[in-house]
Amino acid sequence: MSKVLIVADHDGKHLGTGTARCVTAAGKLGATEVHVVVLASPAAAIAAQAAELAGVGKVLVVERAENTQAPAAVLAPQVVKLADGYDYVLGPSNTFGKDLLPRVAALLGVGQVSDLMSVEGPLTFKRPIYAGNAVITVESPPGVKLVATIRTASFAAAPGGNSAPIEALSTDATLPSHTRFVSLSAPKSDRPELQSATRVVSGGRALGSSDNFKIIYALADRIGAAVGASRAAVDAGFVPSAMQVGQTGKIIAPALYVAVGISGAIQHLTGIKDARTIVAINKDAEAPIFEVADVGLIGDLFKIVPELTELLAGPKT
Amino acid sequence: MKILVGIKRVVDYNVRVRVKPDGSGVALDGVKMSINPFDEIALEEALRIKERNQASEVIAVALGPDEVQTQLRSALAMGADRAILVKCDGRIESRDVARTLLAIIKQEQVGLAILGKQAIDDDAGQTGQMLAALWERPQATFASKIEIKDGVALVTREVDTGLETLEIDLPAVVTTDLRLNEPRYIKLPDIMKAKKKPLALTDMAALGVTSAPQFKILKTEAPPQRSRGIMVKDVAELVAEMRKRGVVS
Ligand SMILES: Cc1cc2nc3c(=O)[nH]c(=O)nc-3n(C[C@H](O)[C@H](O)[C@H](O)COP(=O)(O)OP(=O)(O)OC[C@H]3O[C@@H](n4cnc5c(N)ncnc54)[C@H](O)[C@@H]3O)c2cc1C
Ligand SMILES: Nc1ncnc2c1ncn2[C@@H]1O[C@H](COP(=O)(O)O)[C@@H](O)[C@H]1O
Repeated sequence: MSKVLIVADHDGKHLGTGTARCVTAAGKLGATEVHVVVLASPAAAIAAQAAELAGVGKVLVVERAENTQAPAAVLAPQVVKLADGYDYVLGPSNTFGKDLLPRVAALLGVGQVSDLMSVEGPLTFKRPIYAGNAVITVESPPGVKLVATIRTASFAAAPGGNSAPIEALSTDATLPSHTRFVSLSAPKSDRPELQSATRVVSGGRALGSSDNFKIIYALADRIGAAVGASRAAVDAGFVPSAMQVGQTGKIIAPALYVAVGISGAIQHLTGIKDARTIVAINKDAEAPIFEVADVGLIGDLFKIVPELTELLAGPKT
Repeated sequence: MKILVGIKRVVDYNVRVRVKPDGSGVALDGVKMSINPFDEIALEEALRIKERNQASEVIAVALGPDEVQTQLRSALAMGADRAILVKCDGRIESRDVARTLLAIIKQEQVGLAILGKQAIDDDAGQTGQMLAALWERPQATFASKIEIKDGVALVTREVDTGLETLEIDLPAVVTTDLRLNEPRYIKLPDIMKAKKKPLALTDMAALGVTSAPQFKILKTEAPPQRSRGIMVKDVAELVAEMRKRGVVS
């Protein structure tokens, strides 16, 4: 008879891709009621998207001016008020959830399970530690509200087709003014989003410049893939930080991951462990990426990648 | 303004940790330990703020066993003015770390706390946000740039969609991302100087904090391993293999 509250991730216009994965995780908890709360302004479009997710019993909407581009310090007190009566409070383990949920947990006077990757029982969960080099099973005591971020790569997105009721709510939470949104610079892209793409092509330090990255984009566009990068490529300024894949970047689970000129450091591999098929292109036969790759090709990426792009356009054999 | 920096001792990031066969944890005997990389970045940032005359003192704080003094001495050698070790053994949950840091912050009248965005051992990523919540102060997580002026900080954050800038009133908590700065190297004379810098020992009880762990760790296991796949000899073979697996059309 447990109740789950999921805090929806969104960009102010659209529901994020993490919420649907939290809904799937909530299902594994054996919850009798799964509610999604949308804190936004305007909220209608986002709430409508949340209501479509199969398994959602109700969408709660708190629409107030402060919820436009709201920082965690503004959202947390509202979530705390709404969390009353729920056994679980979940959010996706992306930068939205990672920022917000620990603040919620502390205000509720409880701890948090970060990056929950599997449900072993109503209060027993698995989560990765040491950049995914070990997995622990943790148990939380009964009667304590469980706050967790959901490792999105571990759960499939809940399908659509639902039309859950949407309920407008107001909270009397006092909101701080000490934290103010100034700006967001989001690189514009027509390519699929990294965290939900079925195919991803990533480039590493070996690309050498942002100009050279165009061969990675060309390959990605040929197969409808999102583009990612290693930390080294981001640090060198070849691509924006939002493209980093790995322990401290994005954790992804595409059907196809193509690693180009990436050595395969453990911090990078953490981000791609759940990919169905990994293809690696590297000139060094000893590169650790080949230890995890399903298909490897040794050679010069500047020769291989354009050729691969070319051949992928050709007739099927 | 005093700046507090959290310093956690963790297994060095170059070490590939192994799970003990009996599932009781990871093997730590003889493994190289270092300052959590994000905490080194936090300390570097604090030092730069002080070097711009925007802070009076940088205090490095660690919770952990006696051996953590080694990492605190490194922090002092990097340039921290003094260090505090809150002695405790065993696993400490982020919430207890946050409660303990808060007690020190109140005692010391700290104006800015800089922590790492995550400790690379437990990968929890909670302490900074919890500290800010309990302190009822602003948080700016995953910082890649910090500017301080007139009691506020402008912080650029690395978020999934791009770079977000927040303006926060001080006192506040900031957690560091990798691109905030590149920590300086420690020079030999600084190691000598660090030996004379104050390193205070205390414990949670003396700070009025009772540890209250919530979670039990039932077991630790190795993750499912991906196995080495096949090597192809040229691009044509690669394309054929990709098509065979149905990952491209
Ligand atoms: C706390 C911490 C967190 C981190 N988090 C992340 C993270 O989230 N994501 C991440 O990616 N890294 C992360 N790192 C960094 C990580 O340790 C590696 O340094 C980084 O992944 C290396 O990037 P790379 O593979 O592009 O570069 P390199 O390791 O330099 O590898 C370049 C590769 O390209 C190959 N190559 C060179 N030229 C060619 C050519 N012409 N054709 C084909 N191959 C070529 C080389 O053989 C080599 O294998 C983190 C590190 C730390 C300490
Ligand atoms: N035992 C500790 N001693 C000092 N600082 C800590 C400790 N544990 C966590 N922190 C700080 O909190 C940050 C985040 O840790 P965590 O929430 O465990 O991922 C670290 O980067 C440190 O700055």
